[in-house]
Amino acid sequence: MDLNIVWFVLIAVLYIGFFLLEGFDFGVGILLPFLGKDDKTRRMMINTIGPHWDGNEVWLLTAGGATFAAFPNWYATMFSAFYIALFLLLLTLIVRGVAFEFRSKDVHPRWRAVWDWSIFVGSLVPPLLLGVAFANMMRGMPIDATMTYTGGFFNLLNPYALVTGLMAVGLCVLHGAIFLSLKTTGALHEASRKAAWRSWPVAVVLVILATIGTYLSTNVVSHLGINPGIEPIAGFVTLLVAGYFIRKKQDAWAFVMTGLTIALTVVTAFMILFPQVMVSSTDPAYSLTIYNAASSPYTLRVMTIVALIFVPIVLGYQIWSFWVFRERITEESVLEY
Amino acid sequence: MDVLNLARLQFAVTTVYHFFFVPLTLGLSIIVALMQTLYVRTNREVYKDMTKFWGKLFVINFAMGVVTGIVQEFQFGMNWSEYSRFVGDIFGAPLAIEALLAFFLESTFLGLWIFGWDKLSKRVHLLSIWLVAIASNLSALWILIANSFMQQPVGYEIVNGRAQMTDFFAVVFNPNIWTQFPHVIASGLATAAFFILGISTYHLLRPSQDNAVFQRSFQIAAIVGILGTVGVIMSGHSQMQHLVTSQPMKVAASEALWNTEDPAGLSVLTIGNLQGEEVFSIRIPNLLSLLALDQLQGTVRGLNDLQAEYEQTYGPGDYTPPVFITYWSFRGMVGAGILMLVANIYALLLVMGEQLGDKPKFLRFFIWFIPLPYIANTTGWLMTEFGRFPWIVYGLMKLDEGVSISVSIGMVALSLVGFTLIYAALIAANIYLMVKFARGSGTAVQDEASTAQTAVSLIGD
Repeated sequence: MDLNIVWFVLIAVLYIGFFLLEGFDFGVGILLPFLGKDDKTRRMMINTIGPHWDGNEVWLLTAGGATFAAFPNWYATMFSAFYIALFLLLLTLIVRGVAFEFRSKDVHPRWRAVWDWSIFVGSLVPPLLLGVAFANMMRGMPIDATMTYTGGFFNLLNPYALVTGLMAVGLCVLHGAIFLSLKTTGALHEASRKAAWRSWPVAVVLVILATIGTYLSTNVVSHLGINPGIEPIAGFVTLLVAGYFIRKKQDAWAFVMTGLTIALTVVTAFMILFPQVMVSSTDPAYSLTIYNAASSPYTLRVMTIVALIFVPIVLGYQIWSFWVFRERITEESVLEY
Repeated sequence: MDVLNLARLQFAVTTVYHFFFVPLTLGLSIIVALMQTLYVRTNREVYKDMTKFWGKLFVINFAMGVVTGIVQEFQFGMNWSEYSRFVGDIFGAPLAIEALLAFFLESTFLGLWIFGWDKLSKRVHLLSIWLVAIASNLSALWILIANSFMQQPVGYEIVNGRAQMTDFFAVVFNPNIWTQFPHVIASGLATAAFFILGISTYHLLRPSQDNAVFQRSFQIAAIVGILGTVGVIMSGHSQMQHLVTSQPMKVAASEALWNTEDPAGLSVLTIGNLQGEEVFSIRIPNLLSLLALDQLQGTVRGLNDLQAEYEQTYGPGDYTPPVFITYWSFRGMVGAGILMLVANIYALLLVMGEQLGDKPKFLRFFIWFIPLPYIANTTGWLMTEFGRFPWIVYGLMKLDEGVSISVSIGMVALSLVGFTLIYAALIAANIYLMVKFARGSGTAVQDEASTAQTAVSLIGD
């Protein structure tokens, strides 16, 4: 296996980490206005992700940095092509991050309402945009021989991309609702379970629609064949099993299942891409691949050594951090946020 | 305005804004960690109160630094995609390493620190804030390694029109980093020190029952501050000496030195015209030669001379940085730095003479000194970046070659306006919270009480 493949896999791992972890943060944020009937409940919800959201978000930043280091042409073409989408992503991530820190540091209701609104928008828009972005990378975008994007913003807003974006939102909501039911007690716990049960069929429908879209809009058939392999199928099966566990009120198992669904969905996206990273709809020969978009073998070697040392360390202390904050948030908990 | 200049303006706005929060994060993380170390070792409540008081301000500031930092990592690809293609092989590596080594560490352990007061043992909790401090400063190191490549490219070769890394350690141990990194770390300490001196002074001047927290804070800040201000001046001096060989054009522009001189005098005030001629100038004879070369005699090269040389080396074009901005930002930085040194020595004398309790006459000035490091930090970066003109990577790639091709004026303008507006709103909220908590009492009961205070909201009733 050459280092280009290693880095393709590693970037997939970073996105898996991001959607797995920040996925439930986004879900909690989207559910905030629906489950957070009063200020106290909203604070409890925010505090379930309080110690973690920032560390979870770093998975995305690292994915961006890793793309820059390992596949500079992918980074350059992708970030300039998705210009407006990334601009909106940045704006919403900015207000969301500040909102967590600022919201409860003042009691004025309007102050808090502004930041609650920021958390909601900042949790809804990013997964939507990232879903849109990934769908377009798979579907193909107008890219010329110099790897320059030649389309506009509205090229990106095709039905397939929108459905995929909605699917990302749907999975986040489901994942977040189950996370909330794991981290809370009492009325909020019950409400979270109910939200999980209600959002589950929506997520299933969106996944089905996005799957149909993938068959219609991407080169998945020529690439992977009608039978796409075990990963996408397992991704769908785990989603169905998640419904079973929600019904049986086995939150932890449901959470494992939606986690697997999210991870396998990302895996599927990367399988469809491989060995391309951005498909050109102008001419397949112009597509960016893990070879023509990559850094020199020397840089890849250096970065591989760095990643092999530090990714396990990061995993270690992040898991430990989740262990430290394993207790559920109750009405009596000290709320820092 | 074309795409290039809008993209440059956007980079300037977002970077200056980002760097408004970063130095305080760098310095205050260390000082809060020191305070908590004192608490863990002595078990005295006053140190716990200090840790909590400054920790709260640290966290508010930290959040702003984090969110504005995300823009920095994305905008290379958005606005400067041709630059990203050209240097990604080298420049991307420190950026990725920064995320992997520093961002994960600081964000995870800050979460543990904020939420872990009752969940972690005292020692592990202390370790958390130290890891935050180390990670923040480590993050500065890696981003400066990336910036150093733009200032002084090393450890690369050009293959098929792209810069490729040939020696990772040459990139990491870029000669530029050895003066730049200490300079930034020292400026962080100085920024945090003046922040604490100013806010402590506000409390010391109030008729208050218990000032122990702020007396002790003032003492610590005066000591850390002198390390910072002296360090920043010394490292700044070696930085300038390094630039004499690595970027003589920047030195000439920051001194408004049009013609090569031997010996060269240091400009106190120089006014030039648009044709690049000196109209009026007061210079201290020999001082620039002395500062730049450690000797009274010696050639310091001027703008006209360098422009002619660069035209020979790189072909026709404008190689002279905007002298006005470079010259005045250099003066802003040095001027603020000298004032800081004087103020800090005064603070140290007050502490050594144990005069804080007497509310000495000049003490109140420290409230107004809080902006000084901010002026120095901002003008310092303006000088560094404007002085690199017209290069995006010194000697290798010009600014106009680095800008994105597929991005339109409308897109850059939209994002520029968007970022500027949201940043303006956020800084208002940030200052409001900062002032509110800076005015809060330093004792532990403050926590919920001050949150419950009836607030004058920025957004109105």
